[in-house]
Amino acid sequence: MGKIIVVTSGKGGVGKTTTSAAFASGLALRGHQTVVIDFDVGLRNLDLVMGCERRVVYDFVNVINGEGNLNQALIKDKRIESLFILPASQTRNKEALTIKGVARILEALKKRFEYIICDSPAGIEHGAIMAMYFSDEALIVTNPEVSSVRDSDRIIGMLSSKTRRAVQNLPPVKEHLLLTRYIPKRVNSGDMLSVQDVQDILAIPLLGVIPESKSVLQASNAGIPITLDKKSDAGQAYLNVVARFLGEDPPPREKKGFLTRWFGK
Amino acid sequence: MYPHKPALEFKGNLLTLMVLHLLESDNDKIAEQLAKKISKAPGFFQDAPIVIDLHAIQDDESDIDLSELVKLLRTYGLIPVAVRGGNPQQDETALNLNLGILTETKSVRHRRYLEPETVATSSPSICKIVTQPIRSGQQVVSLQGDLVVLSTISHGAEILAHRHIHVYGALRGRALAGVNGDNEARIFCQQLDAELLSIAGRYLVNEDLPENLRSQSVQIYLEDDSLKIDPL
Repeated sequence: MGKIIVVTSGKGGVGKTTTSAAFASGLALRGHQTVVIDFDVGLRNLDLVMGCERRVVYDFVNVINGEGNLNQALIKDKRIESLFILPASQTRNKEALTIKGVARILEALKKRFEYIICDSPAGIEHGAIMAMYFSDEALIVTNPEVSSVRDSDRIIGMLSSKTRRAVQNLPPVKEHLLLTRYIPKRVNSGDMLSVQDVQDILAIPLLGVIPESKSVLQASNAGIPITLDKKSDAGQAYLNVVARFLGEDPPPREKKGFLTRWFGK
Repeated sequence: MYPHKPALEFKGNLLTLMVLHLLESDNDKIAEQLAKKISKAPGFFQDAPIVIDLHAIQDDESDIDLSELVKLLRTYGLIPVAVRGGNPQQDETALNLNLGILTETKSVRHRRYLEPETVATSSPSICKIVTQPIRSGQQVVSLQGDLVVLSTISHGAEILAHRHIHVYGALRGRALAGVNGDNEARIFCQQLDAELLSIAGRYLVNEDLPENLRSQSVQIYLEDDSLKIDPL
């Protein structure tokens, strides 16, 4: 049975969709059957970042409403064998997502995939709750700034109270902190929160730190998941995140200078 | 045979009394309408004790002429015994007319009974213990007694307790102890960075916290009606 992982943050623009695309393709690159779902109904972006927007015929909401079947809606990635995308609808709104409908689709996906990545919309309303409701694990994407950390804290609270696992008294959703758009220079000069600062406030295990990088914007504009850019430091960092998520201890390699600077203080 | 037999006794008693509610202070109007009412059943009002209720006109600027009204009532055979709900000046006039003052108003009675009540209910106190962090947007309430939190209270979280609050992580959110008016309630915390501290309704916001006690372990209690913070 597959594992459902929500990528969430509360705040917008912190890198949820970039992370969803990078993380899903990272898992698929390691040979895992992976599907990434866009829960941002009405503001669909994931297909752009994944470079498949011109192949969307049926979407998530169509499948929920029974207007098309799951196989018609799933888009197979052209670059990575075991990666699929389930795009959001652009013409509907988030109310189209019902608990029953989402449950049915996730159940079907769990039989077929090892990892189901749910790209959450920003906010704490219906769309975000639908994205997190059935999750087993959560990536909390946070920028090293006060408002983002505050919103992440709110989302972590909701993960432990508003999800299926919380409601049914099951073991809680496993939380992972992912710090993105990190600029070590600005941390050292004191105008950005450090990894330690963020961890002090959120008090959940850190899965990784992704440096701010020009290559992220270039890749997302080109519709390429950043993990496929071998030269990008952010791509490398995401690959390390995937390795750590899979329980490995990835070698820091030449990035050691960076890492000691991030974690050393 | 019974040399100490008491010749008198004072006892409280609930009686039914007729109350005349005055809605306006215009003496002429009152006289006119009173005459009409009484003419319908003059026997009913004969020798009846009556209380004059002044609630509706206690703030009226054109003051009522009470002595005039009392005289009028007596001519109809009514016996005015007391007033209630008047302003201090009206009360004084009433006293001069040998009328009693009934202080019974509902709001006053409630306020008087509230304080002993909170003390009384504090005895069966039940302590609530929370081990998980309390996140932004979450609220934890201990209605019966103390609240003990072993983890951190985040910014934007709120905790409330009937009595004391103990926080063993950082206190960054809002903490309200003694929410039912318990002046003895205290807040204890390992790291003070609270957005708001309150005991029995008295409060301090983050800006008011003394710089030297920020992030320190402290206790907060009420002294002379204001919050006091002491290092632990």
